[in-house]
Amino acid sequence: MLDGTQALFHLGPLNVGTTVVTTWGIMIVLCIAAWLVTRRLRLDPGPFQIALEGIVQTIHAAVGDVLPRRVDTVFPFVATLWLFIGTANLSSLIPGVHSPTADLSATTALAMLVFFSVHWFGIRIQGLRAYLRHYISPSPILLPFHIIGEITRTLALAVRLFGNMMSLEMAALLVLLVAGLFAPIPLLMLHIVEALVQAYIFGMLALIYIAGAIQSLEARLSPKEEET
Amino acid sequence: MSAIFWFVLASTVVALIAMAIGIMAPAKAMGNAICTALESLARQPEAEKSLTRTLFIGLAMIESLAIYCLVIVLIVLFRNPLLEYLLK
Repeated sequence: MLDGTQALFHLGPLNVGTTVVTTWGIMIVLCIAAWLVTRRLRLDPGPFQIALEGIVQTIHAAVGDVLPRRVDTVFPFVATLWLFIGTANLSSLIPGVHSPTADLSATTALAMLVFFSVHWFGIRIQGLRAYLRHYISPSPILLPFHIIGEITRTLALAVRLFGNMMSLEMAALLVLLVAGLFAPIPLLMLHIVEALVQAYIFGMLALIYIAGAIQSLEARLSPKEEET
Repeated sequence: MSAIFWFVLASTVVALIAMAIGIMAPAKAMGNAICTALESLARQPEAEKSLTRTLFIGLAMIESLAIYCLVIVLIVLFRNPLLEYLLK
């Protein structure tokens, strides 16, 4: 089976697998690319700067649609999720590179990040008491359901991304085994679309969970504003 | 016919049936969701942005049901935890 957990080399007692190596590779590539493009920012931008500005503005607008008042608080986290997962999903198109998001450990780590950041943003913006109160609203009977909901949605985030990416890779591999060299190309095109859609969905769900955690205060401050 | 034969046969048949049923229902649900979204989009084209966002998230939720099915089927096929009772 496709497996990112086989050890490439050992770091003391730790087995370092392909997932970790690819993740760090993607992080380094993203950092270097961002540094290279933003090194000389100009008012009359070159093509790379225009592309980067387009990406940042699109993400900023998407975050602003959901959370109009708190864009700059949440924007760095969600944008990082989007960029990283998008790159990681697309990275398995490179021959020999195994996408880190096709490994359940990596997607679980990302989902845990979302899980903790929801509480972090909620407590930071609402305060601890107000945030904890939303667990027993409208009635304390709903407390176990809130807690179950927290756990299952984190699990669902992890399994959804993992299942999609792994099944795409596996489908391409199976078609390659059955049909021959150039047959999986349509599937790889589907892979591009699906990779971007899955990255969008992961980031969007994270954004909506965060919005849900800080929503009650928003609703009180601006009752006319549309909430989703 | 050894026990392992029946085990392989049963897990293959069950995996195929599970995938068939497990995809049928989410497909119907996704069809419903897209159908309703298109209807309301035709009625109110200016609500496109929030409609598309909600539609995508709803589709992701429905799709994850099919993905759960796939994950369970893969566990049954490749890493069945009950197999060790048979091999003992």
